[in-house]
Amino acid sequence: MDRATLAARLRDILPADAVVADEEALRPYAGDALTAYRRLPRVVALPGCIEEVQAVMRLCALEGVPVVARGAGTGLSGGALPDESGVLLVLARMNRILDLDPVARTARLEPGVRNLAISEAAAPHGLYYAPDPSSQIACSIGGNVAENSGGVHCLKYGLTVHNLLGVKLITADGELLEIGGAALDAPGLDLLALVTGSEGLLGLVVEVTVRLLPTPAATRVLLAAFDAIDAAADAVAAVISGGIVPAGMEMMDRLAIEAAEDFVAAGYPRDAVAILLCEVDGEPDEVETQVARVSEILAASGATGIRVARDAAERARFWAGRKAAFPAVGRISPDYYCMDGTIPRRHLAEVLLEIERLSATFGLAVANVFHAGDGNLHPLILYDANAEGELDRAEAFGARILELCVSVGGTITGEHGVGIEKIDQMCVQFSALELERFHSLKAAFDPDGRLNPGKAVPTLARCAELGGMHVHGGELPHPELERF
Amino acid sequence: MTDCAHELAEQIRAAEASGRPLRIRGGDTRSFLRGDVNDDTEVLDVRPHRGIVAFEPAELVITARGGTPLEEIESTLAEARQCLPFDPPRFAAGSTLGGAVASGLAGPARPWQGSVRDAVLGITLLDGRAGSGRFGGQVMKNVAGYDVARLNAGAMGALGVLLQISLRVAPVPEQRATRVLEAGLAQAREQMTALARRPLPITGLAWEDGRLRVRLAGSEAGVAAAVAAIGGDACEENDRYWNDLRDSRLAFFAGDGPLWRLSLPVTAPQPDLAANWLLDWGGAQRWCRTDAPPETVFAAATALGGHAMRQRPAPARSPLPAAMARLQARIKAVFDPAGILNPGVLYPDSL
Repeated sequence: MDRATLAARLRDILPADAVVADEEALRPYAGDALTAYRRLPRVVALPGCIEEVQAVMRLCALEGVPVVARGAGTGLSGGALPDESGVLLVLARMNRILDLDPVARTARLEPGVRNLAISEAAAPHGLYYAPDPSSQIACSIGGNVAENSGGVHCLKYGLTVHNLLGVKLITADGELLEIGGAALDAPGLDLLALVTGSEGLLGLVVEVTVRLLPTPAATRVLLAAFDAIDAAADAVAAVISGGIVPAGMEMMDRLAIEAAEDFVAAGYPRDAVAILLCEVDGEPDEVETQVARVSEILAASGATGIRVARDAAERARFWAGRKAAFPAVGRISPDYYCMDGTIPRRHLAEVLLEIERLSATFGLAVANVFHAGDGNLHPLILYDANAEGELDRAEAFGARILELCVSVGGTITGEHGVGIEKIDQMCVQFSALELERFHSLKAAFDPDGRLNPGKAVPTLARCAELGGMHVHGGELPHPELERF
Repeated sequence: MTDCAHELAEQIRAAEASGRPLRIRGGDTRSFLRGDVNDDTEVLDVRPHRGIVAFEPAELVITARGGTPLEEIESTLAEARQCLPFDPPRFAAGSTLGGAVASGLAGPARPWQGSVRDAVLGITLLDGRAGSGRFGGQVMKNVAGYDVARLNAGAMGALGVLLQISLRVAPVPEQRATRVLEAGLAQAREQMTALARRPLPITGLAWEDGRLRVRLAGSEAGVAAAVAAIGGDACEENDRYWNDLRDSRLAFFAGDGPLWRLSLPVTAPQPDLAANWLLDWGGAQRWCRTDAPPETVFAAATALGGHAMRQRPAPARSPLPAAMARLQARIKAVFDPAGILNPGVLYPDSL
C-alpha cells in the first residue's frame, strides 16, 4: 500500500496528529541506537490507547501490512529498525503509570513509561524497580519487555523477566491477550517468559505489570584496582564462591578507565590495568560485614588497591565513571561498536586475553566495560566510519568476538537483543532444528509473519548462504542444507 | 551417569509414527498433578538419563540430565554450601530434576527467591517430533532466540522431555530464624503485606490457625537485626515447619477432602468460600479446604485476579480464556504436532 493511501486509512482510525507520513518528519524514526542501520518506514502511527493500537493492527492485518513496534528507540541491536513497506507503531504516547500499589508492591504501566520513572514514582513508598539498563533515563518499559533488558544489578535482582508479573499483548490480528497478571503465576503454559525478550515478533506489549522491591536500607560500593586482567577476573569468581552475591559487579579495563577519568573524573586509578566496582546492599550491619569480607577476598586475589566509598556522594562518583563509560569512549574515538556476548565467568580471563589478541590482528582498539558478575561482556570496538574499510573490519572483529563467546559455552547477546545486528551470529549459536522451532513458534502467534519481519531469527537459507559462516571442528553448522 | 538421549528419541520416534501417546515419567512423585492420563499409556521413563554434567560453584550454575535424582543435585550443591533457590517440594523420595522443573512447583521462599522458571537458564529439549534442541544456555544473561527454556518450566512435559537443564543456584544463607506472631487471618494479611514492604531478609510468610510465621534467612547480622525489628516469639519447629509446608505434610493438608491452591494478588481479599485456609507466599498462595463446586472456586479466584487448581481428589485447573487456549494449543503443536507427549496433562482437550 502506498504511503498516501496507508496514511489516509490510518487517519480514519487515529487522531490526525497520530499519523506521520511526511518524509522529513519520518527521518527521526529511521533507526534506533544502532545508528549504522537506517531506513524510513512507510508511515509512523502514534496510538494513544489500547483501542487505537488494536484498530491499527486490524487494519494492517486486513491489508497485509508489516508492523514494527518502537518505544524510546534506545535499542542497540536495530530491533526498532522500520520496515520500508510497513507501519512503525510508536508507543511513546502511551506513557502513563496506570496504578502504583505500594501494599501489593506492584505497578501497572503503559508501555511508554520510562524505566527510571517507575523507580522515581515508587521511591516515596520506599520501593524501586530493580532492572536498570544504562539507558534507563530514556528507555521505556515496553522496550525493556521486548528486549528482556538487564542492567547493572541483574546478578542479584534478575533481568526484566524476573521482575514482571504480567503483560497485555496485542496479537498480529489485533486480539488482546492477558498474559500473567497480578498473581505470581498463571494457569497453563508460562507465556510471560516466552513473550519477554521476543523483540516485537510475537505481539505488541501495551501494558506491563511489574513487581517493586523494598529499597535496601544500606548500600556500599568498593573500588578495587588490579595490575592484571586475569587477577581481576579471578577476583570476581572468588567473591561469588565466597557466598556473596553482590548487587553489582562491574569491570573496566585501562582504556575504559582512562576515557572515563578524562570525561567525568570519577577518581579511578589511572595506573590500573583493570578495576572492579562491587556493590553490596542489605541491612546496615550486614553490609558492613560484607564489605569487610569482600575486601579480604579482593586483597587475597591480588588487588593492588581497595577503596570503599565513604558516603553517597563518593558512591555516586564511582558509579558515574561506569555509567558514563560508553559516552566517554565515544569522546576518544569517532565511532565505536558495542558488543554484548555473555560467557561463563570462569572463561573471563581467557576471553579477555583473546579479545586483546584479536584487537592487534584487526588493528582496532577495544575498551572493555562490562557486567563481570554475570559474565556479560561489552567490548567496545573503536573505529572510524569515515576511514575506508574500518566499519567492515569492526563488524568482522565483533563477529569473531561473538563466535568466541559461543565457543566457550556463552551466548551472542546477553541483554541487547539480536535485532538485525546479530542475526547472522544466530546461525552460529543455533542449529537448523532450533531455528525451525523458533519460526514455528513465531507462526503460532503471527502466521503471516508481519510483526517485525526479518529480525531476531534468521531464515535457514540466510544461514546457509552466509559468507562468513565458520566451520567448527570440520562440522558445518547446517550440514543438511545445500551450499551455494 | 548415563546418556540415554538416543534411546528416548527412538521411543518418541516410534510413538510418533504409530500415533500412540506417551506418559513421561521421572520419579512419579508428582503424578497427582497429572490430569486425564490413562494408566495404560506407554511410559517414557526418563530416570536412566541421569547425571550431573557440570557444576562450578563459582558460576552459581548447575547442569544436569533430566533423570538425575533431586537428592543427588541437592547433596552436590550442599557440599559447596549452595542450594536450589526455588526449593522444590519433596513429596516422596526419588524425585527427579526434570520432574521438579516440569511441574514448576516452588517452596515458601518463592516470592523472594523466585520461581522454578526464574532459576532456569537453559534446557536441552527432546520434543514430540523426536527433535533435540538446546535453548537458553549456562549463563545468567542470554536473550538470543525465544525463551523456550523458561517456557518449559511448569509445562508438565507438554512440549517435550527435559533432557538436560541448567539452573541458577544460590548460596545457602549463613543463618535462618523463624518468628511467630499471634494474629487472626485479616490482621495477618495486613502484617504480611506490611512486612514485605520493608527491606528485611524474609524468605517465608505463612499463616494458619491464628499464627503468622516469618522466616528470615541471610547473614548473621542481617537476621539478628530483622529478628529485633519484627519481634514475636522464636519458633521451635523452625525448618521442620517450612519443610512440611513446602511438602504439603502439615496436618492442614491431611484427609481426603478436596484440596485447592489459589494463586491470588497479595492484596486480594479472602474469597467468599466456606473453607479452611492456610496462607503461604505472603498471601499470594492460599491453600483451601472446601467442598464448594469447582466452578465456584474458579469463579472466585478469577474475580480476584488470580486462578485456582484443585490438587485432590483429581487435578482441575482454572479454564483458559478461549483465545489463550487456542494459542497454547498452537504452541503445543509446534513441539508435539501429533499430540503424543503427556496429552491432556494440563488441560484435557487442548494440552
